[in-house]
Amino acid sequence: MEKQLEGIITRYHENEGNLISILQDLENEFGYLREDAILWISERLDVPPAKFYGIATFYAQFHLKPKGKTVITACCGTACHVKGSERLINSLMKELNIPDHEDTSADLKFTVEKVNCVGACSIAPVIIINKAVHGKVTPDKLLKAMTTLKQD
Amino acid sequence: MTKDISIKVCLGTGGIAAGGVDVIDSFENAFAAARIRATVAKNCSLHKVGCRGFCARDVLVDVLIDGVKSTYEYIKPDMVERIVQEHILGGAPVDEWLVKDDYHTFHDKQVKVVLSDCGEVDPEDIDSYISREGYAAAKAVLDNWAPQAVVDVIKASGLRGRGGAGFPTGTKWDMAIKTPGPVKYLICNADEGDPGAFMDRSVVEGNPHAVIEGMIIGAYAIQASHGYVYIRAEYPLAVERLHRAITQASDRGFLGRNILGKSFDFTIKVKLGAGAFVCGEETALIASIEGKRGQPRAKPPFPVQRGLWGYPTIINNVETLANIPPIIRKGAAWYAAMGTEKSKGTKVFALTGKILNSGLIEVPMGIPLREVIYDIGGGIEGGKILKAVQTGGPSGGCIPASLIDTTLDYESLGKVGSIMGSGGMVVLDETDCMVNMAKYFLEFTKSESCGKCVPCRIGTKRLLEILTRITVGKGRAGDLDLLETLSNDIKTSSLCGLGQSAPNPILSTIKYFRDEYEAHIVEKRCPAGVCKDLLLYSISEEFCKGCTACTRVCPAGAIIGEKKKPHKIVQDLCIKCGACFETCKFKAINKG
Repeated sequence: MEKQLEGIITRYHENEGNLISILQDLENEFGYLREDAILWISERLDVPPAKFYGIATFYAQFHLKPKGKTVITACCGTACHVKGSERLINSLMKELNIPDHEDTSADLKFTVEKVNCVGACSIAPVIIINKAVHGKVTPDKLLKAMTTLKQD
Repeated sequence: MTKDISIKVCLGTGGIAAGGVDVIDSFENAFAAARIRATVAKNCSLHKVGCRGFCARDVLVDVLIDGVKSTYEYIKPDMVERIVQEHILGGAPVDEWLVKDDYHTFHDKQVKVVLSDCGEVDPEDIDSYISREGYAAAKAVLDNWAPQAVVDVIKASGLRGRGGAGFPTGTKWDMAIKTPGPVKYLICNADEGDPGAFMDRSVVEGNPHAVIEGMIIGAYAIQASHGYVYIRAEYPLAVERLHRAITQASDRGFLGRNILGKSFDFTIKVKLGAGAFVCGEETALIASIEGKRGQPRAKPPFPVQRGLWGYPTIINNVETLANIPPIIRKGAAWYAAMGTEKSKGTKVFALTGKILNSGLIEVPMGIPLREVIYDIGGGIEGGKILKAVQTGGPSGGCIPASLIDTTLDYESLGKVGSIMGSGGMVVLDETDCMVNMAKYFLEFTKSESCGKCVPCRIGTKRLLEILTRITVGKGRAGDLDLLETLSNDIKTSSLCGLGQSAPNPILSTIKYFRDEYEAHIVEKRCPAGVCKDLLLYSISEEFCKGCTACTRVCPAGAIIGEKKKPHKIVQDLCIKCGACFETCKFKAINKG
């Protein structure tokens, strides 16, 4: 881990980065913000960990817990909302056994992320599965996709 | 005799979702097989359908042979072979797949300024942009114009900020020119947080050089040597194309030191947002670039006086900047001739929701909403009835069907209780519940509230609580008065635009749809059939064929019945998701 963190620190100095860009790099590198990584960087830069956590908890992009192997991004934008995204999301949470108030299944297989508008409103409702964008999703299509995913 | 052949296929986020990549691959394979010397050009997609914005027509393909253009719609990869054989090799277009009249009526009333090159230029090739007068405006300005002259032209054009506030751009730049340097910043706000809006994404994906050129001209005018583009991380394709465009522009000497041999330096850095709607507000955006929590601060001082790291800073929206090169090239009078007296030029709207022709459109300011919905938009899909049009996203309001002759300009929209906003336009029909819409927007603004000021932090939470009670059948007498009083208090005392505009959807829907609220509160009924706690789903024995389709989609296992016999919904288990209602082909499920 230290080698990766050294790389992040170097990039921070070279590109005049800021704490947000460090956190973005950490998120990209490890998939979430590992506590030990934050403490290591905090020590190196002499910046209190509270500062990092203050930023991490403000922005939606940062996750303090590991994400599932398959990330499903459900768009909650206005157009998707009027085309039934709420129902699709409820269906996802139930099918993938994701507990209330959480976004990842206990077995760390699936994460359902709700985002506010991916900007593909003309093909609402939109669900993104591992970066592949699916438009005009119906409960039927979603069920089929979930069944396939669970089998993998 | 070799012909000059070029194919243009939409490859924006939407185009890719529709299979644009496979369509391009099919063309490449077919050309290789037939040994045709041709260029297959990747064109930026404003959306799924067409760089031209007609996202509802799923992979639009332009075939240009020796300058003659034919446009195909709904193209799938397996259709490509026939186009290559009959049209490209045989010279006869495949008529049945060409776009029809309605494609043209979608465009007839549009006027493309910002979107004029989207769908024509290759966003990943600077020469493609240059061949269409790209960077000509920047060259002319750097060659011959004094900075004040640039400001004067933009002032005369009447251009107003397209991010939502509509502040006159020329006036803003004038303030910057009069503020002493030597360090000043120009920031492009590409945070586009409004759900339902994708205008800026499309411009950055489709024609990033237009934004860069606008920034170069703006930076020269206000004498800024450093620029940033603050862009949402949720737009990876736009970010990638922006980076590439900046590199290409730097390589050609349009960015960097001593641009085009003049003593003017300007570099652009890209900063990614991290998922906070409030960072679209200028002081919060500045805090975010500085690496802090994106919390706004009181104004004055305005960013032009004290902005990024304490220096004078101008922040302009993507669409505003993309308007700059054409205004410089064609003149202020040309721009001011479009639009109304106080709202000049054109506006890009993302037309979505229950509309037949959804997509991206650009229209002159002042066009009646009726023409946008029925002439351009093709009317309501599924033959339903228009109920309202929501503009301005979570900061805006709704325009009821009775006011469909409202014109789209800053003043007229303000008069009816809405705002222009960044351009999101969501069409609602009789099956949409206005109370649910207000609740939806409050869920958004409450979760995006930065938490700094009491009126917004606690106010949005209370507004949402009241709306939630109303939608689950626990509305009380006095709720409407409470919503209105609270809304007005929050509007007047919030620190920033987020809090100041969060109550707008509530005030607007109460103004025009009070009876709908009253039905929820007094009768515990949702007239549109949306608020699930107020609904009951049941199966009609008369129409049910026992096909079990509903049983299979029910996530709660609440439907029982044998095959070919009428089924029944167990009310205790039913979570009222509506999946069965959507699935039943025999209209056997009653919702009410």
